[in-house]
Amino acid sequence: MRFQVLVRLKAGVLDVQGKAIETGLKDKHFEGFKNIRVGRVIELQVEGVPAEQARTQVGEVCRLLLANPVIEDYEIKEVA
Amino acid sequence: MRVAVVVFPGTNCEQDVLRVYGELLAAQAYPVWHRDTDLQGADLVVLPGGFSYGDYLRTGALAKLSPVMGSVKTFADRGGRVLGICNGFQVLCEAGLLPGALLENVGRRFLSRFVHIAVGSTRSFFTQGLEPRQVITCPIAHFQGNYFADPDTLKDLEDSDQIVFRYSTADGQIRPADLEVNVNGSCLAIAGVSNRAGNVVGLMPHPERAVESLTGYVGGVSGLEPFRAAVSG
Repeated sequence: MRFQVLVRLKAGVLDVQGKAIETGLKDKHFEGFKNIRVGRVIELQVEGVPAEQARTQVGEVCRLLLANPVIEDYEIKEVA
Repeated sequence: MRVAVVVFPGTNCEQDVLRVYGELLAAQAYPVWHRDTDLQGADLVVLPGGFSYGDYLRTGALAKLSPVMGSVKTFADRGGRVLGICNGFQVLCEAGLLPGALLENVGRRFLSRFVHIAVGSTRSFFTQGLEPRQVITCPIAHFQGNYFADPDTLKDLEDSDQIVFRYSTADGQIRPADLEVNVNGSCLAIAGVSNRAGNVVGLMPHPERAVESLTGYVGGVSGLEPFRAAVSG
């Protein structure tokens, strides 16, 4: 099974990369861009275990390592 | 006193801490590789600065999974003294041994400079015997040093006297909104915190680099004092 995990900073947590992108776009005269947020996509492949166990493990791995719950939210997508 | 200095791949400040304890404070200081789980009868465990695992994923995130961290957690849960400096602070936050997280500096720059830090709580093992508001001048060197915690946690830290150091002016004034003073934009100008019991402490600045005039002591209270406090009483 393949999964995609999207991790991003929680609303309200300062995203300095997003701010830097905004500044760059402004310098190039792009208009109207606001609240740019940078996240990360992590692809996981889990093999040799039952589907339900794979899903449970991916959830555990997100909480343990892939996202820091103090500052980040995450979403898990199953990819065909 | 026995002081274990934990070394992860990418740690680069372990020699400074080994020198502070092994040579200047006459303790028995020794490195512990992160794959080891034996803290060898330590009275104090130090997680020094550096770039563990190349800061992959998030600073400190992968280091918290290293085998040694299970032993550090057990040691801390039993009341053992644990100190994290810079990347060590980030590891302790990631491991849940300290509250909060370290975000990228507000000014989007790696900061390598001197700062002043004022002692807050003197309840922790690292600040016991120091005077509240006493100022230590020492270097910082970090990109992710902007201390963040949600408002409830921040209130909790204040109410339970867990703020160990704050960035300050040379005469000890705290100005959270002034990036000349609170250089990385930390919440409440926090430079270091302890857990509730005061036996786990983390801070971003490097007092171990301000203990000798040859290498960074520029006057005032020596950076050696909190390290001395940590192995007394």
